[in-house]
Amino acid sequence: MADSAATAEPLLETVLAGLHRESGARMVPFAGYAMPVQYRDGIIAEHTHTRTSAGLFDVSHMGQAKITGPSFEAAAMALEAVTPGDFQNLKPGRMRYTLLLTPSGTIVDDMMVSRPDADMPGLMVVFNAARAAEDEAFLRAALPAGITLDVARERSMVALQGPKAATVLARHADIGGLAFMDVTQTTVDGVPATVSRSGYTGEDGFEIIMAPDKADAFVRKLLAEPEVKPIGLGARDTLRLEAGLPLYGHDIDETTTPVEADLGFALSPRRREAGDFPGASRILGELKDGAARKRVGLLIDGRMPAREGAAILSADGEAIGTVTSGGFSPTLARPIAMGYVSSRHAAPGTAVQIKVRDSLIKAEVAPMPFVPHTYFRRAGKGA
Amino acid sequence: MTTRYTKDSEWIRTEGDEAVIGISDYAQGQLGDIVFVELPEVGKTLAKGDVAAVVESVKAASEVYAPAAGEVIAVNTSIKDDPSAVNRGAEGDGWFVRIKLKNPADIDSLMDAEAYGAFVAAH
Repeated sequence: MADSAATAEPLLETVLAGLHRESGARMVPFAGYAMPVQYRDGIIAEHTHTRTSAGLFDVSHMGQAKITGPSFEAAAMALEAVTPGDFQNLKPGRMRYTLLLTPSGTIVDDMMVSRPDADMPGLMVVFNAARAAEDEAFLRAALPAGITLDVARERSMVALQGPKAATVLARHADIGGLAFMDVTQTTVDGVPATVSRSGYTGEDGFEIIMAPDKADAFVRKLLAEPEVKPIGLGARDTLRLEAGLPLYGHDIDETTTPVEADLGFALSPRRREAGDFPGASRILGELKDGAARKRVGLLIDGRMPAREGAAILSADGEAIGTVTSGGFSPTLARPIAMGYVSSRHAAPGTAVQIKVRDSLIKAEVAPMPFVPHTYFRRAGKGA
Repeated sequence: MTTRYTKDSEWIRTEGDEAVIGISDYAQGQLGDIVFVELPEVGKTLAKGDVAAVVESVKAASEVYAPAAGEVIAVNTSIKDDPSAVNRGAEGDGWFVRIKLKNPADIDSLMDAEAYGAFVAAH
């Protein structure tokens, strides 16, 4: 058996590292941090617990920053210059998923942008830990004079996800008015916090940001709730894969466009109309004529998982693409994957083959999510 | 009957000129939930260090190397049907392959249980 490579760099820890170890976590290096990959019960049990009850994730390693200026509108316009999102019309108390784009329209990172209250002259962004340095450099170079990027290095962030997350959190905070992609400045157990109804599992759930010296006590209270268990990065990955959510550095990167990545919902109607975002000519062309390749879901026959890097072949044996994420779906009890295939093979139901070691395994292009999202949406409103 | 361990966390248990190969209990714990096992064909000849099998956890695929040379004379098909049996009994019912040893002295350089225990404790 091959050992995973040890890391030479000293690892950072979140303020919850001690609690993770007490809870039986196996810590692994991730984006420069020692993070829990799983606890005692293991990835499948943690995954199932999140889908049926409530899972608590430490996501304090994620990048957080504020983009502020002389006014909200000025900050929103500055962020619009490097994304295809509509932030000038982002209402207080709402958040949006967006993409930082290179001038040629490929993806620097994906991020959540929120406007927690009407008084803040700007926006909060949460981005991938593994891209923090690139994002910071990219934004600093892109933001005009008068717009400030304030990277928050000392904020704790946890996610509570699953069908019982709302019931549990309601015992600690007033979350009654929050729907999917809403965000508010409130208190949880008397501690000031930014709470949003969002996450990376496909489940209803919340993300909570607070001062680090309050996080340990708060998380202990959540873990004392009978519905809640701590969940590691292993289950976070299987949950997001089932939910069809791309992972930066695997399913999207600086070679992929939003249309190829099937993230067209991040291209706001106003910005499409104006055609004024980075790479607009290429991206609008792909929207009109179709991209050469597309990110798709893959349902795999049999039990052998197909992993990142595996070649995808047509039924006739022609090379048509590559798996970008793959593994075992605990909910479906079968292997699933996502990857890019040439667009003529991207229709759901298309039979394909995947090369795994010496075997060619059968698979079918499948719509995503693999497991339906259960977001709590306000009646009559979209995401 | 002698059981020895490799630094890659395979075990090999000799019974006369035959041997059974699997992964250690420590290894199954490190891998976590095992969801797939790929086993060699009966009749395949393995050199010492060859890939004898592949074990896949939720997270990753890992190769299982032959601790000694020999010909595969049986494989544990029950772990193909229920890979979690490796988690439940890695050093018992969760064995992988049985080989006819080519050179029984191959195992002399491997660790006994005590040495292996000290090895994993140090890692």
